[in-house]
Amino acid sequence: MSSELTGLTLATARDGLAKGDFTSVELTQAHVAAVEAVRPLNAYITETPEKALEMAAESDKRIAAGKAGAMEGLPIAIKDLFCTKGVLTTAGSHILDGFHPTYESTVTANLFGAGAVMLGKVNLDEFAMGSANMTSYYGAVENPWKRKDDKKTKLVPGGSSGGSAAAVAARAALAATGTDTGGSIRQPASFTGIVGLKPTYGRCSRWGTVAFASSLDQAGPMTRSVRDAAIMLGAMAGFDPKDSTSMDKPVPNFEAALDGGVKGMRIGIPREYRMDGMPAEIEKLWQQGIGWLKGAGATIVDIDLPHTKYALAAYYIVAPAEASSNLARYDGVRYGLRVPGQTLQEMYENTRAEGFGREVKRRVLIGTYVLSAGYYDAYYLKAQKVRSRIAGDFRDAFDHVDAILAPTAPNAAFGQGENMDDPIAMYLNDVFTVPASLAGLPAISVPAGLSAEGLPLGLQIIGRPFDEETVLRAARSLEDAADFDTKPDFIAGR
Amino acid sequence: MSLDKATVARIAHLARIHVPEQDLEPLAGELSTILDWVEQLAEVDTDGVAPMTSVVEMTARWRKDEVTDGDCAEDVLANAPEAEMGFYTVPKVME
Repeated sequence: MSSELTGLTLATARDGLAKGDFTSVELTQAHVAAVEAVRPLNAYITETPEKALEMAAESDKRIAAGKAGAMEGLPIAIKDLFCTKGVLTTAGSHILDGFHPTYESTVTANLFGAGAVMLGKVNLDEFAMGSANMTSYYGAVENPWKRKDDKKTKLVPGGSSGGSAAAVAARAALAATGTDTGGSIRQPASFTGIVGLKPTYGRCSRWGTVAFASSLDQAGPMTRSVRDAAIMLGAMAGFDPKDSTSMDKPVPNFEAALDGGVKGMRIGIPREYRMDGMPAEIEKLWQQGIGWLKGAGATIVDIDLPHTKYALAAYYIVAPAEASSNLARYDGVRYGLRVPGQTLQEMYENTRAEGFGREVKRRVLIGTYVLSAGYYDAYYLKAQKVRSRIAGDFRDAFDHVDAILAPTAPNAAFGQGENMDDPIAMYLNDVFTVPASLAGLPAISVPAGLSAEGLPLGLQIIGRPFDEETVLRAARSLEDAADFDTKPDFIAGR
Repeated sequence: MSLDKATVARIAHLARIHVPEQDLEPLAGELSTILDWVEQLAEVDTDGVAPMTSVVEMTARWRKDEVTDGDCAEDVLANAPEAEMGFYTVPKVME
């Protein structure tokens, strides 16, 4: 029974709870066991089984009283970047040692308000900076998938939401929250064979989420089906006066938007995403995706996004610049780690030297440099202008198409330790995800096939601002056609 | 654009991160590689292009200038590494 329960989707578990086939406490107990069983992957930083079972018992009461919310009684994992009241919140960094927020982030408050049950806090790259979940102070996360002919090599789950992705793929949570700054939801979703949705910037509140790059950060759902992404996004999203960039727009019924298919939809295929040196299997999968959407009645249109090749470079100015500013708050005074020094200045410098990992320091230093006197115009201002160009490319394209189809990542999951010596090689993982991030657009990754090595590969749908409904509908069509049902090597408790 | 040791030391000081002398040189190399790579942005014609300052089209909201929160000193100090009598404490700043 218990592995049946952990194998459900949010939708089927919700329906089972409504019918009384099982209780939330039973569902949660099965997941608490799965969380323990998944420990070898290092997906969770903090497990909260008591809290989970308490929340489940409350959910059962609400279900019995006919007051079930949209996520009532459904056990999920929370990326350890969301502040959770009274529960250790680390951002994967040494510098937040012992930090127990005295408040709840808006996204988690919304989810818990809708009845969701928290299983624990999941691992991530330090301050969400990374594409392999190798930079966490709490250690690397392992992908539950293995190569077909090599069961020894440990693979990365992608990043930064690597713990979220590994937990959901390994059936140690029905779903998880993620955050996406340059691809941190979509790339790990692609690497682990799950669905990951980055909503439009402004759709989900950033309040109470540890900030990396404020003009890019956006929370979103990581799930095992497109329907689940729709259900969970509906519960996470909404206007929040506490976030100055939260959009005051009603939250549509995303689940209702799933029906209708892509008949008559115009799908753009960006020429510039055909990169030099892109593996043939990625190109093949993309062609397959085009065929699927065409077969379902969509019209395929070639489009140009001429500034695509500059997106990564612009991102690696804008994101570090904003990070250097956001991370200035970690000073050993207000929370977390303090390393003593003779003077206040020395205390700051020692705390930040010991508290930040290598990649975080690298980005803070780059950010400090590009914002420093004499260089601001040449770097930051230039990058923000290029960003305008990239956003303009998308605006022009959306005059002709309803959504865009592209690969999610240029490769499948790679081995732990690979790409670590060359930061730029690591950054290239985000080549297909960063443009939509810079433009603030909604984008989803859907598992669409397997690489020659037997690893999952995702396809990405990018949509107009605040048109998650079209994105979800197109994603649903891909999901139907792909019929992806291969399971990872590691399933919790099996 | 290659950075020298002195520049890295200056940035590290601005960022309030202690970098030991022997790490300055390798760090200068790493940062220079990244800066060389972003130089490609110079190719993009951005004459007359306004920098992107707002991700989604929206006007900043107005609100009344009034106190909406507060009276929670204990919560604010709850995570401080060192606090005394309702204040954060830091190493002595003035002689």
